[in-house]
Amino acid sequence: MYWIDGIVQGILLGGLYAQYALGMALMFGVMKIVNVTHGDLVILLALIGISLADLTGLGPWSILATLVPIGAAIGWILQRALLNRVVGDDPLPSLIATFGLSIALQNAMLQIWSADTRSLSGGAIQQASIPVGSLYIGVLPLIVLICATVLTAGMAFLMHYTRFGRALRAASADVEAAAMMGVNPRRVYALATAIAVGILGFAAAFQAMRSTVAPSDGPFQLIYAFEAVIIGGLGSIWGAFTGAMILGISQSIGFRINPGFGILAGHLVFLAVLAVRPQGIFKRKS
Amino acid sequence: MNALLSTHGLKAGYGDMRALHGIEISIEAGETVALIGANGAGKSTLLKAIMGVLPVAPEMIMLDGKAVGGKSPHLMVKAGVAIVPEGRRLFLGMSVEENLQIAIEHAAEPIGEPWTLERVFALFPILREKARTLVENLSGGQQQMVSIGRSLLVQPRVLLCDEISLGLAPKVVREIYAALPAITAGGVALVLVEQDVSLAQRASQRLYCMLEGRVTLQGASSDITREQISAAYFGANHVLD
Repeated sequence: MYWIDGIVQGILLGGLYAQYALGMALMFGVMKIVNVTHGDLVILLALIGISLADLTGLGPWSILATLVPIGAAIGWILQRALLNRVVGDDPLPSLIATFGLSIALQNAMLQIWSADTRSLSGGAIQQASIPVGSLYIGVLPLIVLICATVLTAGMAFLMHYTRFGRALRAASADVEAAAMMGVNPRRVYALATAIAVGILGFAAAFQAMRSTVAPSDGPFQLIYAFEAVIIGGLGSIWGAFTGAMILGISQSIGFRINPGFGILAGHLVFLAVLAVRPQGIFKRKS
Repeated sequence: MNALLSTHGLKAGYGDMRALHGIEISIEAGETVALIGANGAGKSTLLKAIMGVLPVAPEMIMLDGKAVGGKSPHLMVKAGVAIVPEGRRLFLGMSVEENLQIAIEHAAEPIGEPWTLERVFALFPILREKARTLVENLSGGQQQMVSIGRSLLVQPRVLLCDEISLGLAPKVVREIYAALPAITAGGVALVLVEQDVSLAQRASQRLYCMLEGRVTLQGASSDITREQISAAYFGANHVLD
């Protein structure tokens, strides 16, 4: 039962990682951009949410509903103002640009919010849990997991059954050919990043409710997102979800083996996947 | 006659390397014009420059009396120019129908009878059977048909075809070229870049021969002799016999 609980808790943790990973998978899949600011954007949105809650007294769900459009706006501006200038066949310019932006963002956040750890009060739901047999499943983590699943399914639907999704996949397959068929790549890219960062609005609210956030936490979230995306197979939407689950379960089982081993267990599984199946579990059709 | 599309002193290149030195070509609605020339003569570069993939000055390309040079490719599509790119450049991982759907969803305003999936399937019946097949699982000829169909569905007034016979069996090439008159019949102007000189001559009303980034010969396809083409193709110093 101890180990089953480990797996269940791991899946619930994976729900949060899936929310990080989804946007990263989208951006990498479409633009081949590894967005190094991904984790910092989660933290930025979380801190904005916490400050908003302090200022306005809004509840956590209203905060979440506000963070998603704020995230989408940040994503749109990020793509239009910066990433559209550096996106291209060479992955290095975008990597350097987002790396620099990550450092700048962390310092700006330190300046505004100081190094204190903060969190968002979720009310009674934070402690609530449902007994299932001899296990207890937290209500909040369950909501996070359901949200992540719905977001992933929604994204997969968007990619396959909408005009925008088809344009995204066409731009991903051959951006120049897509442009020659009338697709405006810059617009598609801006929308993709708006969606990716908009999803981080969910992740930010849940992260701030589940634990604490501080301005320098971004790189950790980035690593989890990155590992989930790599485990699943770069650019694959359901792959990122599966990768997040595997990462969550690995960490959760690791914690039960030894409390100091949890995070490392996740990294080791990531390295093992990289060694055995470098293309990831869901190999992308290309 | 007023040209639908024309280039005026068109110069373009890649970075510091200039590949086109003042190209003057023109094409009318419903006309088929062939562009021939050796590898590296600048034929594909010319098509890319017209399509907006390479930077050019606005007045270097006139479409229906408007200067359109240097517009982004997706805006050239909206203006009425489409390309069947070299190497087909289909969207891999997507079905035939999805590839065509992309074009339908980003098409220009049609002038005359619009191209529909039905019309494309009538032109290339095999595509109807293969509609749900991933494009990477098609034969080369079928892929070329998808590529042509896709470009027609953006409703072009001028269609640029870059080496559509390359790497295909002669029977398939005949099949594809047999479809071209049905395209121009509706008023679409067709620019054919073609390696096979005699095929280009037969399929077109006029032709241009390019050499090292310049037009070295132009005229009605039926009047031009093989000797003229040889001289223009290889340069003035090369004379047969």
